[in-house]
Amino acid sequence: MSKQYETVIGLEVHVELATKTKIFCGCSTAFGGAPNTHTCPVCTGMPGSLPVLNRQVVEYALAVGLATNCGINQYCKFDRKNYFYPDNPQNYQISQLYLPICHDGWVEIETAAGTKKIGIHEIHMEEDAGKLIHDEWADCSLVDFNRSGVPLIEIVSEPDMRSADEVIAYLEKLRLIIQYLGASDCKLQEGSMRADVNLSVREAGAAEYGTRTEMKNLNSFKAIARAIEGERTRQIELIEEGRKVIQETRRWDDNKESSRAMRSKEDAQDYRYFPDPDLVPVVISDEWIAAVKARQPELRTEKLARYQAEFGLPQYDAEILTGTKSLADIFEATTALCGKPKEVSNWLMTDAMRLLKENGMDADQLTISPSNLAKLIDMVDKNVINRTVARTVFEEIFANGVDPEQYVEEKGLKVVNDEGALAKTIAEIIAKNPQSAMDFKAGKEKAMGFIVGQTMRAMKGKADPALVNKLVREQLSK
Amino acid sequence: MANIISDETIEYVGILAKLELSGEEKEKAKEDMGRMLDYIDKLNELDTSGVEPMSHVFPVNNVFREDVVTNGDDSENTLKNAPQRKDNAFMVPKTVE
Amino acid sequence: MNILELTAVQLGKKIQAGEIGVAEATKASLAQMCALEPTLNCYVTIDEEGALARAAQVQERISAGELTGPLAGVPVAVKDNMCTAGLRTTCSSNILANFVPTFTAEAVLNLEKAGAVILGKTNMDEFAMGSTTETSAFGETKNPWDTEHVPGGSSGGSCAAVAANECFYALGSDTGGSIRQPSSFCGVTGIKPTYGTVSRYGLVAYGSSLDQIGPVAKDVTDCATILEAIASHDKKDSTSVARTDGNFTAALVDDVKGLRIGIPRDYFGDGLNEDVRDAILAAAKVLAAKGAVVEEFDLSLVEYAIPAYYVIASAEASSNLSRFDGVKYGYRTAEYAGLHNMYKKSRSEGFGAEVKRRIMLGSFVLSSGYYDAYYLKALRTKALIKQAFDKAFASFDVILAPASPTTAPRLGESLSDPLQMYLGDIYTISVNLAGLPGMTVPCGKDKNGLPIGMQLIGDCFQEDKIIRAGYAFEQSRAYEGPELAKRTGAELAGKAGAPGMEDKGGVAR
Repeated sequence: MSKQYETVIGLEVHVELATKTKIFCGCSTAFGGAPNTHTCPVCTGMPGSLPVLNRQVVEYALAVGLATNCGINQYCKFDRKNYFYPDNPQNYQISQLYLPICHDGWVEIETAAGTKKIGIHEIHMEEDAGKLIHDEWADCSLVDFNRSGVPLIEIVSEPDMRSADEVIAYLEKLRLIIQYLGASDCKLQEGSMRADVNLSVREAGAAEYGTRTEMKNLNSFKAIARAIEGERTRQIELIEEGRKVIQETRRWDDNKESSRAMRSKEDAQDYRYFPDPDLVPVVISDEWIAAVKARQPELRTEKLARYQAEFGLPQYDAEILTGTKSLADIFEATTALCGKPKEVSNWLMTDAMRLLKENGMDADQLTISPSNLAKLIDMVDKNVINRTVARTVFEEIFANGVDPEQYVEEKGLKVVNDEGALAKTIAEIIAKNPQSAMDFKAGKEKAMGFIVGQTMRAMKGKADPALVNKLVREQLSK
Repeated sequence: MANIISDETIEYVGILAKLELSGEEKEKAKEDMGRMLDYIDKLNELDTSGVEPMSHVFPVNNVFREDVVTNGDDSENTLKNAPQRKDNAFMVPKTVE
Repeated sequence: MNILELTAVQLGKKIQAGEIGVAEATKASLAQMCALEPTLNCYVTIDEEGALARAAQVQERISAGELTGPLAGVPVAVKDNMCTAGLRTTCSSNILANFVPTFTAEAVLNLEKAGAVILGKTNMDEFAMGSTTETSAFGETKNPWDTEHVPGGSSGGSCAAVAANECFYALGSDTGGSIRQPSSFCGVTGIKPTYGTVSRYGLVAYGSSLDQIGPVAKDVTDCATILEAIASHDKKDSTSVARTDGNFTAALVDDVKGLRIGIPRDYFGDGLNEDVRDAILAAAKVLAAKGAVVEEFDLSLVEYAIPAYYVIASAEASSNLSRFDGVKYGYRTAEYAGLHNMYKKSRSEGFGAEVKRRIMLGSFVLSSGYYDAYYLKALRTKALIKQAFDKAFASFDVILAPASPTTAPRLGESLSDPLQMYLGDIYTISVNLAGLPGMTVPCGKDKNGLPIGMQLIGDCFQEDKIIRAGYAFEQSRAYEGPELAKRTGAELAGKAGAPGMEDKGGVAR
């Protein structure tokens, strides 16, 4: 490659909102459930059915727009996007084209190269489609409308990103903002956050953008990074060979690490948008905007500063804890219960992180209950169990959600503070290891450690280490 | 007729509308659409500059429902009229190659 | 006394008084259908069993004093584009020939609450697209005044059934004149209410921004009473309006003194049948004699209503009817190669010519590059038409006009030239574009004995004024039904078998 190329990337991010019900009907948005059990005439496009907008969808869209520095279209409308596909029960999707709820915002991202503003062109509200299940045996597809009508916002960025790093930083940023607002859980794997990548390349320094393609089916940050690299290479190769990049939608196959055009004669991509006559405009007053702003919860940046100032956590720890909304929630709830922020932070930063890593899980998959963790911290603090035992109990809390008090009781893991019993055990161990006793008397401190270790082992780790130390020294010094 | 509808246009509209017309129907459709568009072109006599397009006649806005689950499992009704169903779902020709 | 000659309100009173039983009235209607349906074809589906069962239930509740409303126990026919749970709803289309809804339209539910007995579902132009009821997939309906003529459309089945005494009243829907024009052709009274007055939930949409459900009956009193029953603020319909002035029967007053009535000069130009013009102007004189102030004026923009309407209605229809695809309900073609072929074949076989014509036109005007020139232009024209009416209603309480330029044409005359058929909607269409209430009241007959209806148009939410004008006019003229209707079912007994749950096929061509 002789020439230098610049990659230009814009993102269309779909986020499923955390409402209890669908955007236009009273059906549940809960995941799972047998096919079509969360459906009604509205979300299955029955003749005669009509949509009525869920107020909470507007609230969430507004909250996200305000948190991403967007302007608000105080008069916004819904439009129909017309195309035939079986997962789309009316064969039109209710979306917003002409007057989307939010426009012209930005977020700031940080990468190794420094900070940068990424523009947001618009955010609009729309409905999700149903799910197609492909039945290999019967050579047919099956349509499940449980997801049909689940509310989405689509966040359309400006073509401001230049690398996969920036794309991932932008997505992480959006995810944190939206999670903190409680507007969505933003899980890429589960599809509650989905990103389509618009990418073009141009010679470094060129003023005009190249022809872009749209890449779909990107289910993880890794897939996004690979798809960006793959598409960049593909487009550069085309250009170098003197061929043209065609504006088209491509589907990324992460297993094959390649993409394929999704073209079809029957797919004219002419969506015939027009205002949906079944819905009325949404008029957003200054008061409504002010109310949403007032309700805006503490966002990440503020939380990060507060954790350091209020709890005295090191910056690194505060960054990790606030880096995932659910982790910060666990931290705060546990701290509120036990009043020991540093202890809570230590457990999360060391044991929780280690276990997550061992299990190949992300931080947002941590589900331990704050009350269990608070109890555990309390038990250590009150010397009911020692730290070694506490770590194994923590593993049980992590994996099985056990109640630590009950668990310690059942397994008999409480610290043994019975001096008589301990003294007896120590005497037996010293008797079995006369050499160690002699070594200690000869001034070898290390020999004491051996006896302590043997004692702890005999007590199955439940003895109070301080007490054991004291008693061993006493007996050896006799 | 001022509006001459080409074969390509009728073919294209057929793709958009998912309608397949026979040769005879196509010729009729071309003629009908051309005549209708000629007639509709009458609107161009009107000066509508500065006039806001009117979707709704009344200034009704902000009609919402609250975010409360009101519907239970209605799958039997949902599927009642299905031309073909399987495993509590609608059966359609395969959508992927 | 022939029960069938009664108006809905008269029958309701006799039922309340215990003079007539609900089952008796229901059976009388069914017997009339039995006699006339083979000739007229007003119904797509007759629910004899359901109606009789319902009649018994309603009778019990009336006898127990639980149902005391004016329409309790009165049999009604419902246009076949309103969903009725458990009762086939076809929109007179092959694509929905076997469709049995799982819920009932809000307007029909309101009638059920008022104690109505539903006799069946009436024939219509397929998906309400047409002005003659000839585009029905289940055969045309014939005009009871002269069976060589059409009943009008699209609510032709409802209007013909009322005129033929095959029901005591009916529900119709009106997107561009579909209640008012067939009411005129069949010599009955019909109201298209202000947009948003009657819930559209459960009405299979044609042009969503224009569709309204309304009553069809023998007189203004019935229509006002029915409208009062079906009008409601429905939270399931975002375009439903909360009205506090729902007491439409209060306007049934024989007093038009000082009522300002405007006659738009532009409605009396070329193409208006002389008999129709004379009848409308004579009606205006009747109202003037009663003290109304009648004046001519220029409404303007009349000739732009039809093109604007066909752009808007077709565009909305192309989208509304895309859900009929052979996936979730309705007709699916027998053989197909893959998904898109299934879509195309199902839709091409399931829809009739007129529906396809409008879907094609609607898809075209919304397609890339044409949206502004056609769709937005039409919406701007709509705004101007609304302004023209606003201006008119600054000077007048009611606009008096023909409902149609002609009386009912002969069967088969209209379909050959769609554009000519569309032009017949010239007096009714702008009312839908502006969301106004309009009513047709019979006002005479042409030289061939076919009925002529006059149209009364009011400003938005001012049904009371057109009801008052219509009621006052009606006092000058007794209701007259067609000869055919006067032959009772009993007289014609033996001519046909007992009516049953008719199945008019549902076989796609």
